Amino acid sequence: MSDKLKVEIVRTLVAIGLSFLLLVVLITLVSDNPLNAIIQLFVGPISTIRGIGNVLEEWIPLVFTGLAVSLIFSSKQFNLASEGAFYIGGVLAMIFALTLVVPTFIFWPLLLITTGFTGAIIVGTPGYMKNKTGASEVVSSLMIISILMALGTYILKYYFKDPAAMALASLPYPKEYKLATVIPGTQVHTGIFLAIIAVIVIHILFNHTRTGFKMRIAGGNKNFARAVGINTGFMSLLAQIIGGCLAGIGGAVYQLGMYNYFVSAELGYGWDGVIVATLARDNPKYVPAAALFLAYLRAGSKIMARRTDVPPQVIAIVQGVIILLIVAKKLLAKYEYNLLLKKVDSDKKGARE
Amino acid sequence: MGTLIDILLDTNTWFLTIALAMPIAMAAVGAHISSKAGVINIGLEGIMVIGAFFGVLFNGFFLSKGLPNSLNLLITFSMVIGVGVLCGLFIGIFNLKFGADIGLTGIMFNLIASGLTVYLLYLFTGDRSISSSYPSIAFPTVNIPFIQHIPILGDIISGHNLLVYIGFAIILGLTFLLNKTVLGLRIRAVGESPDAVTSVGLNGTKLKLFAISMSGAFVAIGGMSLSMGLNTMFAKDMSSGRGFIGLTANTLGGTPIGAMFVSMIFGFADALATKLQILSNIPREFLEMLPYALTLIALFAYSFSKMTKESQIKDRNYDGG
Repeated sequence: MSDKLKVEIVRTLVAIGLSFLLLVVLITLVSDNPLNAIIQLFVGPISTIRGIGNVLEEWIPLVFTGLAVSLIFSSKQFNLASEGAFYIGGVLAMIFALTLVVPTFIFWPLLLITTGFTGAIIVGTPGYMKNKTGASEVVSSLMIISILMALGTYILKYYFKDPAAMALASLPYPKEYKLATVIPGTQVHTGIFLAIIAVIVIHILFNHTRTGFKMRIAGGNKNFARAVGINTGFMSLLAQIIGGCLAGIGGAVYQLGMYNYFVSAELGYGWDGVIVATLARDNPKYVPAAALFLAYLRAGSKIMARRTDVPPQVIAIVQGVIILLIVAKKLLAKYEYNLLLKKVDSDKKGARE
Repeated sequence: MGTLIDILLDTNTWFLTIALAMPIAMAAVGAHISSKAGVINIGLEGIMVIGAFFGVLFNGFFLSKGLPNSLNLLITFSMVIGVGVLCGLFIGIFNLKFGADIGLTGIMFNLIASGLTVYLLYLFTGDRSISSSYPSIAFPTVNIPFIQHIPILGDIISGHNLLVYIGFAIILGLTFLLNKTVLGLRIRAVGESPDAVTSVGLNGTKLKLFAISMSGAFVAIGGMSLSMGLNTMFAKDMSSGRGFIGLTANTLGGTPIGAMFVSMIFGFADALATKLQILSNIPREFLEMLPYALTLIALFAYSFSKMTKESQIKDRNYDGG
């Protein structure tokens, strides 16, 4: 194991450990029975088949947005539009499911291509404008998210609303367009295979192809990339477009896998994608593990919120703190330095012998 | 069309424009001072939510203890500024001392702020998203002597919430601080060239931390103007993008006063949407989009024109040899 990897692992574990201490404090303050809440949070997801199902249900969308944000962030752009692409992916799935009457083998390819393309445009726009004019991609992507949220609500309310439903919800989806359940007794759907395929494809693309290599260099060392003739602007845009594509597809898969009709709600998987990507150090290779960790936490927090008096927001706080501690590079500087010293010493010894 | 003219002729539209522009302008001056010192503070949105929340929490607490309103507001105001300074320091220390990327720090701070305020709301009041069971007060409205009696002008600029006038004072004060004082010069210098500042024996990190904590204070005041001015309660994520709109207003405006005028344009979009919601049958969702769409278009148009100008200058240089 290289020293660099070792430092990153220790850094992640320290961050998670400290954040869990904070979590215990937060739960103890707010709960009448903190021990039960903590047990529900950590043991809830593995105590029943349904709990394990909850983890996997969360894992699927997190893999898609985690991969998306990893690609986007690896180009060193803080483009956050994947949240909007994921949301619109769900809206498009609703539109397709409620308007199209075609066999499923035509329906799904059509839906995946459309949502992928739309996601690419949504995420590509801030990226393109940043490249072209220098307009802050953070601001433009956030404005785009707000606009798309309103647009989605408008489409739902004026064209697909179920008049019989109490809350704002769409008409029910036709059964044949829903993704089939894989594990009985849970909601884990065939989208899980799509997520696995996405991981493999993106991992190979990013880590084992010429294009992926160029992307990594363009994001990592811009001047070097330019000097060896890589079109850095194009490469960073390409990474963002592929990311948007994944986020859009993820939204559609999640929608037709988990819901029987569309409800207008803030899902936040695009934001969680930021957390997954940072945990995975923007490398698609580590996204499945990072997504599993976060899926476990999210499933646990939902079980906890259902069965105890602790609000699920404690997890939002803890997630944020974990990431802050991980990106705080200088916090473990001393440990890193000592490792380096040790290595120098052993190298010296090796040279002497 | 008739409705639109009615709305434009209504002095209340322009009154609302100023009231709704102030939180954005506070975010914009917060963005201004930290970006002058070379720190792009994306955590504005989170600081605003925190300011809004603690404003309600503190004044509601003092209200229940029976403090007179004026004293209550004074203490709340100072304490929320303190909280804003702490938020700014938190972001600054993570970035400058712990080496965390400022973009990620800001994004994470916003997520933490959103979760933390809802958590604390539940902890202290038992409410889950709106502080409905927790009584709180707002800042008083101020009628400016003489001006309030001038026909149209008086209706527009008099009778606002006290925080609106404090906001104007801050914008003028900041302009003075940055342009006419030694401290302002140093803050600008550390943003332009940190090495130059170090070379004359000043502590660049301290200057940056000072700037970002002031930024936190301004934005927290903006947050209070949401929960103790425009509304008299706290709601989950009540800043709804104003921090980021403020960031854009600063980019477009360039100076605190310029940023204030750009904020007025965004405030006008907000006011127009509010009025049209009552007076027209345009779907609500489109009206809600208005401020965001305007921000997006303005940002793109500004960056595009700046780029064109720069490339023209470049071309001219080539022509001249």
